[in-house]
Amino acid sequence: MTLLDHLVIAPIVIPAIVGPIALLAMRRVRRVGVALSLAGCVAMLGAALALFGIAQDDAIRAYPLGNWPAPFGIVLVLDRLSAMMLVLAATLALIVMVHAIVTAVDRKGWHFHPLFQFQLLGLNGAFLTGDLFNLFVFFEVLLIASYGLMLHGQGSARLKAGVAYVVVNIVGSALFLIALGLLYGLTGTLNMADLARRVAALGAADQGLIRIAGLLLITVFSLKAAIVPLHLWLPRTYAATTPVAAALFAIMTKVGVYAMIRTVPLIFGDGAGAAAWVPAPWLLPAAVLTAITGFAGVLAARAMREQAAFAILGSTGTLLLAVSCWTQATTAAALFYLFHATLAGAALFLVADSTLRRRGQYGDATVPSPRFAGQEAIGLLFLGSTIAAIGLPPLSGFVAKLFILQTTFAAPAWAAIWTTVLGTTLVGVIGFARSGSAIFWKAAAVDANPITCPDRSHAELAAPTALIALLALLTLGAGWATVQAQATAAQIFAPERYIAAVLEGETR
Amino acid sequence: MSLEFLIASAIAVLTAGGIYLALRGRTFQVVLGLTLLSYAVNLFLFAIGRLVVDRPPLFHTGVTDHADPLPQALVLTAIVITFGMTALVVILSLRSFLESGSDQVDGIADPSHDEGAP
Repeated sequence: MTLLDHLVIAPIVIPAIVGPIALLAMRRVRRVGVALSLAGCVAMLGAALALFGIAQDDAIRAYPLGNWPAPFGIVLVLDRLSAMMLVLAATLALIVMVHAIVTAVDRKGWHFHPLFQFQLLGLNGAFLTGDLFNLFVFFEVLLIASYGLMLHGQGSARLKAGVAYVVVNIVGSALFLIALGLLYGLTGTLNMADLARRVAALGAADQGLIRIAGLLLITVFSLKAAIVPLHLWLPRTYAATTPVAAALFAIMTKVGVYAMIRTVPLIFGDGAGAAAWVPAPWLLPAAVLTAITGFAGVLAARAMREQAAFAILGSTGTLLLAVSCWTQATTAAALFYLFHATLAGAALFLVADSTLRRRGQYGDATVPSPRFAGQEAIGLLFLGSTIAAIGLPPLSGFVAKLFILQTTFAAPAWAAIWTTVLGTTLVGVIGFARSGSAIFWKAAAVDANPITCPDRSHAELAAPTALIALLALLTLGAGWATVQAQATAAQIFAPERYIAAVLEGETR
Repeated sequence: MSLEFLIASAIAVLTAGGIYLALRGRTFQVVLGLTLLSYAVNLFLFAIGRLVVDRPPLFHTGVTDHADPLPQALVLTAIVITFGMTALVVILSLRSFLESGSDQVDGIADPSHDEGAP
């Protein structure tokens, strides 16, 4: 193995080392801890980009931890999908981290930086692992860190929402373990590639149980992705937490969708007998309901953070509309939309944060207020982020939604999908137009005293601007990104290549 | 009564009690419910390696049938994680009670019962 092969583990090792060291360093010199944490994010982005470059040769690489061959040892697997998700997580993390440092949100508690790093450790691990129990462990790592980040800054409302969030996720973990237990009891393995083989070879007596195991697994992923009817924890949690933490959480719901995209075509694909595509009939109605609930919430929300939380719900629904068709073309569209929606959701939260910090007692509530510093600039950023979140031209949301509409046209349920996508887009436009005009246009009285706030620098707007600029870049490079998404989808829908790479050590 | 029946009924009773308590409104009962649920899950994970008695776990000369050691490793991991989670949720409920003066999971005080509460 060359050094380059070991790079696969870097996205897990970097935060695992930086987190504790930052924790120790912060006790003595705060700046050193912050600098370390930031450097960790930069290094992670570098590693993710390098891995993305390596994955361009279309090979699937298995990295046996402890050099035990699969299925006996745990493997990390680098393919196009995991490389793409790593780049997404690292990009988002760097931007959110910069925003947290610039706005000094990280000073509201002692452990922001270590928790942030452990959150990234969990995310990166979940994207890379090739073992279902390991996926559970990384899910727990990212959840435990997210509890800390969610409560960062504290306050009564946050604690109340925190209890519900933690309880829901503990129940989710219990369900996850039951699903894993069933799968292990039936097949005797938890390695994803080995599972795929053994599920396909399962006897007739076990077909009912394997269906239950598959559905339970998808239920857990749906809970993480906040899909109706398992969505009730999300709006309250995301609206109550610090917008900066919520911006990072924009990728958490997408982790649930990632886990579905990873496991279903591989384990419950065409070869799985009675369990083939077992969640498919349930996911489409759930996706329609999620999209409708999300964008109805955008229309009804009373504050920007709440609205952003519902927009994330809506984007997950739209994403799942494409995912639930389970064809190669629609998955490509879904991956493009996933990349876009994560960045757009984070942009909404960062803009809400900038508004919140400058509007004094009005906070981020959707009510007219006197003028506040930087109103024009933040208003423009709000316009940009909402255009992205709804999917209007010229930003990449439009391209992504067009891609979804184009690919789902061949699906049997295309009418339902088209109606939902187009209808929710309209509702979203109205909802964001309403809140935007209330907050940024209807200055209650132009001559009233503007809201003063202790000197807020323009540097605070850098992070949301960077996110919107990235989305603009994604629009310009949409052709390249589409080719990437299609190549990724082609890899996902060739599970035999994944299985061969993991179990036989073939890189081709 | 067979061992299988005993284990299965124990898991069933624990799960039923856990779900019932987890759906209650007050944090103390919910915490108890989550604990029961995690016991049920641990027992279940323990049993997925099949119930065999008096077998060596990994290797022993002259023995062909072994007990499956992997579920035990899985249970250990699960126990550690749920233990930490339970500790966290206990602390969190306590803080939430102290900050909001209500032990309801949704944080909304129940007027008929909380007359004497702060």
